[in-house]
Amino acid sequence: MGRLILRQFQGAGLEPVDLTIDAGECVTLTGPSGSGKTRLLRAIADLDPHSGTALFDRRAVDETAPPEWRRHVGLLPAESHWWHDRVAEHFTGSGTRLLSELGLDEACLEWQIARLSSGERQRLALARLLDRQPAVLLLDEPTANLDPENGARVERLVQHYAEQRGAAVLWVSHDPRQRRRVGQRHLIIRDRRIEAEAA
Amino acid sequence: MELIHLTPSDLSIPALLVLALAALSWRLRLGVERQLLIAALRSILQLLLLGLVLNTLFSQRAPLPILALALFMLMVAGYEVMARQKRRFRGPWGIGIGTLSMFISSFSITLLAVHLVVRVDPWYTPQYLIPLLGMLLGNTMSGMAIALDNLTREAWQQRGVIEAQLMLGENWDQAIREIRRDALRSGLIPIINAMAAAGVVSLPGMMTGQILSGSPPLEAAKYQIMILLLIAVGTGLGAIVAVWIGSRRLFDQRQRLRLDRLSGG
Repeated sequence: MGRLILRQFQGAGLEPVDLTIDAGECVTLTGPSGSGKTRLLRAIADLDPHSGTALFDRRAVDETAPPEWRRHVGLLPAESHWWHDRVAEHFTGSGTRLLSELGLDEACLEWQIARLSSGERQRLALARLLDRQPAVLLLDEPTANLDPENGARVERLVQHYAEQRGAAVLWVSHDPRQRRRVGQRHLIIRDRRIEAEAA
Repeated sequence: MELIHLTPSDLSIPALLVLALAALSWRLRLGVERQLLIAALRSILQLLLLGLVLNTLFSQRAPLPILALALFMLMVAGYEVMARQKRRFRGPWGIGIGTLSMFISSFSITLLAVHLVVRVDPWYTPQYLIPLLGMLLGNTMSGMAIALDNLTREAWQQRGVIEAQLMLGENWDQAIREIRRDALRSGLIPIINAMAAAGVVSLPGMMTGQILSGSPPLEAAKYQIMILLLIAVGTGLGAIVAVWIGSRRLFDQRQRLRLDRLSGG
């Protein structure tokens, strides 16, 4: 169970925002390129300096050890990076069930990172994150490199994960139809301000 | 064996050869003739000056001027370590890390050597202290510079990889571990190669000098062994300290990667 609360939370180049994402809820975020969507996610994951308060499970970010905060508040960046040679070395658990839900076969754990396509990288990066079971998901355009079929798989997996584990999800997407499909509330960044997106 | 003194006209022969090399560089459009001549001129002036200063110091044997010269050499080495990096730490950290690592790699090791190995009395006897310090500074400097340069350059290039590990809940130490290990390895490889090749491929500078000035070759070899071992230890310890402080400085209190603490290169 995870509820994410932001109080007067301010990332670089953005106005302060108050926002609560309940356990199991998915909130979408959109806005033009360069408006600060990624910066907001990075600030919430405590990768960039910020002001105001972010709380998860009643614990403030500043009072939680950074690795612990980031284990609970998982950020999936738009571009994934890998540091070992093989896929499996990046997983802590087996990851098998996650892979099948993403349309990947178990054998891909033995693949070399260098031969992965951009779409495989993106799906495997999501699997790698969910494998660590974070309670909050910050997803930065998680289906940008995917065909519709695999995009739908990612949407189903995230919704399923959020329902089962009661995870709070903040989903950045440029696709209005996807935002309607996955989110219960919709936000937009306009002139540095984060506000509700008109239906 | 009698020491053969070199006259200024003797030195003019290699100097003329350098001029010829500069002319060749100009003819082949290598574009390094200016740098070559300035560097040659600098080395002539600096070494002559050092000779004069050492002459004075050797005759006086007062500890303070000797210590002042040693500190000056240390500061210059610290600056050189910083200057050789493409991306330096901003502010006092840039020269601070270089100077501290040179202090550990050279200064303390030299003091240890004159005190415990050569057992000079008094310890600041300049004939021993200054050449040993100079050898250590000069030879450990490149190891420090290579290690630090590798650390900052790789951290800059592999920002995504470091942050991906932070995002998955690793701590800073884990996220930079591989880069730090590679940086240390690259700093230590030159001295390991130098030790392996010593006496077979290359005749090291100090031994050459002692043989030329008439020391028995076996005595010269013993001094060379001592200096090579000390350089290896100094390079290793200095690089470990420099890379550790440097890698810590790349992260802030909240374990965020802070590349803004490096200059843009």
